Amino acid sequence: MNATRNAIRLGLQRGWTEFVQSVRSPQDQGFYLFTALTVLGYLLIRRNDRVEGTDLLVPSVALPSILGGLIAFGVVIGPAYGLAMEREDGTLLRHKAVPHGLRGYFTGQLTLQSLGIVPQLLVILVPSFLLFDDLMSGGAGGWLTVVWVLVLGTLAMMPLGMIIGALVPNMQKVGTWGMLPILVLTGISGIFYPIQQLWGWVQVVAQIFPTYWIGLGMRSAFLPDSAAALEIGDSWRTPQTALVLTAWAIAGIIVTPLVLRRMARRQSGSQMEAARETAAQWVR
Amino acid sequence: MLHSPEPVISVRDLRMRYGTHEVLEGVEFEIGRGEVICLLGPNGAGKTTTIEILEGFRMRSAGEVQVLGEDPARAGEDWRARTGVVLQSWRDHPRWTPRRLLSQLGGYYAPYSTPEVERPVAVDALLEMVGLDRLADQKIVTLSGGQRRRLDVAIGIVGRPELLFLDEPTAGFDPEARREFHHLVHRLSDLEGTTILLTTHDLDEAEKLADRILILADGTIVAAGSADQLARQVARDAEVRWSRDGESFVHSTADATQFVRDLLNQHGDEVTDLEVRRASLEDIYIDLVHAHERPVAEAIR
Repeated sequence: MNATRNAIRLGLQRGWTEFVQSVRSPQDQGFYLFTALTVLGYLLIRRNDRVEGTDLLVPSVALPSILGGLIAFGVVIGPAYGLAMEREDGTLLRHKAVPHGLRGYFTGQLTLQSLGIVPQLLVILVPSFLLFDDLMSGGAGGWLTVVWVLVLGTLAMMPLGMIIGALVPNMQKVGTWGMLPILVLTGISGIFYPIQQLWGWVQVVAQIFPTYWIGLGMRSAFLPDSAAALEIGDSWRTPQTALVLTAWAIAGIIVTPLVLRRMARRQSGSQMEAARETAAQWVR
Repeated sequence: MLHSPEPVISVRDLRMRYGTHEVLEGVEFEIGRGEVICLLGPNGAGKTTTIEILEGFRMRSAGEVQVLGEDPARAGEDWRARTGVVLQSWRDHPRWTPRRLLSQLGGYYAPYSTPEVERPVAVDALLEMVGLDRLADQKIVTLSGGQRRRLDVAIGIVGRPELLFLDEPTAGFDPEARREFHHLVHRLSDLEGTTILLTTHDLDEAEKLADRILILADGTIVAAGSADQLARQVARDAEVRWSRDGESFVHSTADATQFVRDLLNQHGDEVTDLEVRRASLEDIYIDLVHAHERPVAEAIR
């Protein structure tokens, strides 16, 4: 039996088990419900409004953007919190103590966080399609685009979450070092309003990161081609989207294992205890 | 005691410094195959640091360390498969059940199974061994502290390790759980030949379990040996108690045998309730640790 393959198989199994536990837990169900109600509420309020200068309905434009934003946000924050928490509670160390355990652990995280996108999308997409008209103009080709943008976008963003989770000193710091920058990034990435309304240099910054491109890719999947007129350069810039996301994904695949290995090497019981004590003081 | 020529653990001049603070200042010891060793010492003496260095979880500042023939700081996954680890506190996997977690973590040892040594240990047998069979399918978050600790021990031995590290394994155990745990340690040591290194604050436990006791104080091993050997290292009077004519007496003496002989020769049948109390491990421990304690000013700092 090959130990590496065995560890990956156990990791997949672990990811699936944790996913099922997550979907069954009231806490996570509450989170999904909360995001769904917020998004649907917003879309419902503006269901009859049209985007300025077009005959497109606001929900048609806003939904793909928000989906893109949610994916970009979720696949960073999920692993960041997951990793920071499991460094503190001993999950990571537990895996460090078994042969090839870390390989299994990270496979599990990857599986869990990727699967976690599915219910998040479903709780928004299903009611949206029941409530609103003219959401998907692209047909089967559109759905195909949704899938590749989703996969590439996840590969591009999730390493950031893993790295944040590996580097923060304790779980409370995920808010400062993870949540805050990612919220700002989402804010400037054309999710809630067109990016062209921002200063030029902010637009440049936003276009360096994957979030903008995930949103753009999602809009290109859902909206008719005429809506490309609303974008920078009057184009969906599909090749650039694929290029930017792929570049981030490759960088992530190279850098993340190095960061995780370094973090795991430093992990010990007393370090775990120290982080926990700091956390306890922080709460007090 | 039979020692195989190659010790399972060999530590030479082990040093550990945090900033300017030197926690370990030249620790030396060897542990032979199949031995059960207890590491005792006051809080902050460096017990956990020592055990973490041996587990390969922490880099040392200096010194030579060999565990199962390898340097734990550089050892790979095959080496890892031969060791078992039970750390001080875990709070992980609250949503998992003991059965599921044991079979998940045990799975990593399957590639290391041999016809002679089957790995991992069957989950049901293991759950029964640590007394969790009836709680096997409950969420871990619902277990009590002692039950959780037993699960930790089960996970530590699921891969049938040659060498098992236990850092304060019985903290939070009730007396019955403690006794069952001692039984388990004896069983691992006698039947499986597992070499066991454990830390504890419970001196009674150390005396019951350990073939040898190592006392760590002030950054070095200040004493090593069986409880009896340690007693001989510390010159201490024995206490003789007896009653005569309804009155109780206590006398401290270096030579209890001679004193009792004289006592009986002198008073014969009048002596009742005779009791000779040698220095307990606790007395010895306190003496040893005090003798090696840092200057007061530094200790208070």
